Amino acid sequence: MHRELRNHIIGLLNANIRLDGRKLTEYRKPIEVESSVVKTAEGSARVKIGETDVIVGVKLEVGEPYPDTPNEGTIIVGAELLPLSNPDFELGPPGIQAIELARVVDRGIRESKAIDFKKLCIEAGSKIWMVIIDICPINDAGNLLDASSLAALAALKETRYPAFDGEKIDYKTKTDKKLELEKLPIAVTVIKIGENFIVDPDTEEEMSIDARLTVSSIEDGTLCALQKGGDYPLTIEDIDKMLDIGIEKAKELRRCL
Amino acid sequence: MTYKQRIDGRKFDETRPIEAKVGVIQRADGSAMFKIGNTWAYAAVYGPRNLHPKFLQDPQKGVLRCNYNMMPFSSSGERVRPGGSRRSKEISLVTGKALLPVLNLEEYPNSVVDVFIELPQTEAGSRCAGICAASMALADAGLKMKDLVCAVSVGKVHDKLLIDLDYSEESYADGAVADIPIAIMPNSGKITLLQMDGEISKEELIKLLEMGKKICMDIYEVQRKALKEKYQEVEA
Repeated sequence: MHRELRNHIIGLLNANIRLDGRKLTEYRKPIEVESSVVKTAEGSARVKIGETDVIVGVKLEVGEPYPDTPNEGTIIVGAELLPLSNPDFELGPPGIQAIELARVVDRGIRESKAIDFKKLCIEAGSKIWMVIIDICPINDAGNLLDASSLAALAALKETRYPAFDGEKIDYKTKTDKKLELEKLPIAVTVIKIGENFIVDPDTEEEMSIDARLTVSSIEDGTLCALQKGGDYPLTIEDIDKMLDIGIEKAKELRRCL
Repeated sequence: MTYKQRIDGRKFDETRPIEAKVGVIQRADGSAMFKIGNTWAYAAVYGPRNLHPKFLQDPQKGVLRCNYNMMPFSSSGERVRPGGSRRSKEISLVTGKALLPVLNLEEYPNSVVDVFIELPQTEAGSRCAGICAASMALADAGLKMKDLVCAVSVGKVHDKLLIDLDYSEESYADGAVADIPIAIMPNSGKITLLQMDGEISKEELIKLLEMGKKICMDIYEVQRKALKEKYQEVEA
């Protein structure tokens, strides 16, 4: 724990300001969402929140359904914390941090039923579409979670099926058929430092957190996924406040899509 | 039958459109973006920094480590499985060899300079784009360099010698194809990367190297312009 940095941050937060001058529940600006940035993907988006910069690409493959859901397709979310994007990231298979990132993004999409898995079925019991979502950070200046989840959604929103003749996929030919999104789940990570709640931590703030709660919610405020992180516990009152912030801020992020 | 006109309408000695930018990754010590046609590369440099584990250190000079990686969605065909392949390992190796001659690593004993190349989108010529981006990123990191490194692919499609093959030319079916990625130090004209697959005569190869050298001077100008753009901002 970076004790001095943390004390300094808390001192500022108690006076209602942050290291970079933002308000406590203010995202960095600008939030930029650019769709279809990668031509080789079936869908893609790039999200920048302040200096944080993430590209998400979607590839579609045809596979076999799970035996217990013969008429449902599926999604697979992968995240790689590229050493290009942060001096502390190392080469090698995804570590625990990358796996958590991928799984939190996965749950937001899966549990909100943003994608109707039945619509991914081509032939019950034998052929289904697999939607593979890969998260690649270009610059990690904090809050990869919210940036990746927003980028994943923006990429899915523009995803088009490639031509498929029943045997082989022709990736060179994209059809006009879009992947339909039924809901727009947005993840907002609320951070607790001392007795203060903030959103969109930068690198310094991320090093100083006590606890975090990633709140994924859909348009009407219904919660679809949660993930608590950080080494410190939360009270029910804390969680109550954090959920309010998460749901409120999700509306703001959703407008960027 | 001859390869009369290039499929995308370019001249035989013309590259695809090039875009370059320096200082694109704020957390890196040096970074650059290089785009040629549909091939798009990012490079980040970290270091010189401490090298761990310690037995990898060289007390005489710094170590250069390069890693080339295609993002999973960067291929026009199937998804590329993450984690590196034999191909990406080999490209990482030759990329390091292409960049090493312009660096002066004696100044950084026991340290490492890490170069990470990532490709969000590829369509032929990705190792060359990666090398161009990496050499700009090394300059941006403030490392002492003897020269930049400029890379391009040259080759032969059917009966024509040409520059910067695209995917349709690499996979041209109606005649023999030779694909030759090269990297050049523009000020000395020396070659730091040379690979080739296909069929070609010795005379044609030498001619192609001359063509490549000429076109690399144009790429050099693009790289220099991008570097100057960033540093003029600082001066102002």
